[in-house]
Amino acid sequence: MKKEIEFTINGERRKLIVKPNELLLNVIREDLGLTGTKYGCGTGECGACTVLVDGEPVVSCLTLAVAADKKTITTIEGIGTSENPYPLQLAFVETGAVQCGFCTPGMILSAKALLDKNPNPTENEIKQAIAGNLCRCTGYVKIIEAIKLAAERMRGRKR
Amino acid sequence: MVKYSYVGKDVPRLDAIEKVTGTALYTGDLRFPGMLHTKLLKSPYAHAKIKKIDTSEAEKLPGVRAVLTGEEAPYRFGIYMSDKTILAIDKVRHVGEPVVAVAADTEEIAEQAVELIKVEYEELPAVFDVRKAMEEGSPLVHENLSEYKHAPFVYPKPGKNIANHFKLRKGDVERGFREADVVIENEFYQPQVQNVQMETHTSIGQWLQNGQINVWTSAQSPFAVRHLLGVGLGVPLHRINVVVPYIGGGFGGKAGLHWEPLVVLLSKKAGGRPVKLVMTREEQFYTTAVRQGFYGRIKTGVKRDGKITAMEILYLWDAGAYADYGVNITRAAGYSCTGPYEIPNIKCDSITVYTNHPYGTAYRGFGHPEFHFATERQMDLVAREIGMDPVEFRLKNAAVPGRITATGEKLREDAGRVDECIKAVAEAIGWGKKEPKQVGGKLRGRGIAALWKAPAMPSFTSSSAILKLNEDGSVTLSISSTEMGQGTPTALAQIVAEELQMPIEKIKVVTKRETDFGPYSWQTVASRGLFMEGNATLDAAKNLKEQVKATAAELLGVPKEKLVVAEEKVFVPGQPDKSLPLASLATAGIFPDGRGIGGPVLGYGMYTAEGLTNLDPETGQGLPALMWTFGAQGAEVEVDPETGDVRVLKMASAFDIGKTINPTIVKGQIYGGIVQGIGSAFMEEFIFDQKGKLLNSNLTDYKICRAQDIPDEFVFIPIENPQLNAPHGARGVGEHPRISIEPAIANAIYDAVGVDLFEIPMSREKVWLGLKRKGERK
Repeated sequence: MKKEIEFTINGERRKLIVKPNELLLNVIREDLGLTGTKYGCGTGECGACTVLVDGEPVVSCLTLAVAADKKTITTIEGIGTSENPYPLQLAFVETGAVQCGFCTPGMILSAKALLDKNPNPTENEIKQAIAGNLCRCTGYVKIIEAIKLAAERMRGRKR
Repeated sequence: MVKYSYVGKDVPRLDAIEKVTGTALYTGDLRFPGMLHTKLLKSPYAHAKIKKIDTSEAEKLPGVRAVLTGEEAPYRFGIYMSDKTILAIDKVRHVGEPVVAVAADTEEIAEQAVELIKVEYEELPAVFDVRKAMEEGSPLVHENLSEYKHAPFVYPKPGKNIANHFKLRKGDVERGFREADVVIENEFYQPQVQNVQMETHTSIGQWLQNGQINVWTSAQSPFAVRHLLGVGLGVPLHRINVVVPYIGGGFGGKAGLHWEPLVVLLSKKAGGRPVKLVMTREEQFYTTAVRQGFYGRIKTGVKRDGKITAMEILYLWDAGAYADYGVNITRAAGYSCTGPYEIPNIKCDSITVYTNHPYGTAYRGFGHPEFHFATERQMDLVAREIGMDPVEFRLKNAAVPGRITATGEKLREDAGRVDECIKAVAEAIGWGKKEPKQVGGKLRGRGIAALWKAPAMPSFTSSSAILKLNEDGSVTLSISSTEMGQGTPTALAQIVAEELQMPIEKIKVVTKRETDFGPYSWQTVASRGLFMEGNATLDAAKNLKEQVKATAAELLGVPKEKLVVAEEKVFVPGQPDKSLPLASLATAGIFPDGRGIGGPVLGYGMYTAEGLTNLDPETGQGLPALMWTFGAQGAEVEVDPETGDVRVLKMASAFDIGKTINPTIVKGQIYGGIVQGIGSAFMEEFIFDQKGKLLNSNLTDYKICRAQDIPDEFVFIPIENPQLNAPHGARGVGEHPRISIEPAIANAIYDAVGVDLFEIPMSREKVWLGLKRKGERK
């Protein structure tokens, strides 16, 4: 028994037929070919598969695709491009917050969810916001720096 | 002073924009027509005979394309010790070892098929403790050890659970102890841990019916994969092409060969369809390789004036079921066994021991974090015994240029300076300053630990580079050192920019490694990439300039020696009419009458490790080190005496890296290494049940550092004493920041609360128990 679902992903409306037990991660990566979202553990422990559903960060490896019906999904491909990067993406490049890059998409999306709600976070609030996103390369130092830099710039832009 | 345009500057990483936009491709992101998916049937036993395997039901399941057992894959693979088949044959040696592999249309079908396979086992007595495994009558993990091929510098003991016994003998250790005023002996322990790369091992293999083998894999070293695969399967190397895209973290765990033979053999059985394997996180913990466990015993003799007279060292390595890489870690730790000090009399035995634990491999630091915990704790314990300041004690024995190492190597005059590193770190953490110990009920302390490490590799290891001049004057650098987060390709682009005096924007470093096209490189390991690929790249850039100048000299009618390459031109300085754009020479030079000269410009460069020798099998004497990177790390901690909780307030590090090529990339290595070390210091540990089953094979029960777990403050002091045969003087520093974290913190904990810790991880429980025992003794 398959189900039809409909959602908006990165600004585009998509209709899909999925199995009721299909994971959102697999739909995003396999059906839609958006491979920026990564598989790191399959059990919601590492955050590499983080996407935004209605603006909230969720681990797509523990989210059923049917639960995304009628929702709005944002993946890393949806927030900026090489030519027109999102401020967080640019800040990650400039501060050296990227190493192997495998945690980076999930990390940026968790940070975006934070800054969308709280444009002026404290260091502790940043650490809280990315607590579910594990990184083994950077020691988080430059990631925190990048989020702070992006927050400053985004606040400046709004002014 | 040399004035630099690109070297030493904060050039943003070349790969960063692809990675932040999600367009960077990793092996798991690749799709091929007809691609199959793999699942593994794994052993539930630590040690058992395989009596019978029945795959008939699995084979009948629609969508199953290949079912492979060990009997059908009787090949042994290995870089240093070929003790492993890709699937278990006759018996299993650890829980999680793959026994049968299934390739099917979908992962789901493969999973179902695995559940239909029946295996009968007969459990055998198992061994989990390295000391018990060395006793007479212990169950043997490998009965046929004498038949395995191995590198000449590995000394297995058939009939025993010993895969390698490295011996080092320098001076006369008994005389050294007689000369000592004080002799102190201690034991130290580190558990097995996992690299925990965010990307699990992922491989795609295709064995086409015409004999061509294609592999796409998350491997650190494409040429090592090709070589080991070819030798293991008996296939000529030109019939194998290995492609490595971006890697989601390696830390040594993806060095050498891993699951590439399995997907290739499955593909052959499935008629040549590409077969993909993505390790689950659980499999990453106990099916694929881990870091070896460590037991160390050190006896140190010292004079009251602080001069160490002798060290007797025993390092036992829990290699687990297979020791392909473990044997070389044992060797590297053996020849570096003393830490960065000159000790006149040494007896060291470093022994790789088989057990029925998951099997060991390289993990950032290659044995050095394990044994430095022992040696650098011991330095503090000895200093305390003779009433000497631990910093002064280290400086007194420091292996500075001109002094003799454990293997009898006289340190070159342009070697790094461990003494400068120690002093810099001591100052950074306020060593010797009187500061309040007690802050709001918590107790503060400071600790220091020094370190050294050289790349562990065969003595004749080499690298090469190709630099192509493009028709628009831009250049493309091909290397085969992979990008797994360490940033070497960006540093190499800076080296090219500097050598050609060309804007960095005009330099491309190929992002994908491919053995059919790329130049040879031994492996991307051992903190050797910048030094060796750097030298090869410099050589290639010089070669490119030579080619350009040779053609330009003819065209301009000037002697070659007068020509300079810079700013995308080749020219005679001060003569504006004697100048040609590089672009005009890329495919051929052209005389005014139309005749062509020269040809497509392709710079070739290479570098082979210089001055290394084999080590004597009985004494370990010889020259193992291309470069020693020296360093020191210091911790300031705060201990909660009520709970045993330890917070790291500050972590200071100094490394003599010779020359900083890219400050931001170096800092990334430093901070990342420190935080990995802090995870190991406090949290990371394999916990087994009595039957050898790993109980914490997930990231909830096996915790690595989150953003909240990092020190409040990081201080990094680069020390820059250039090594003359290094590119711009630069030494490797990829592994070093992770090496002396545990001992620095342990020494700081003692300083704070007077509790001596000898086992890693230093959990709250261990600290609290230490405090309790100390209270009872009073």
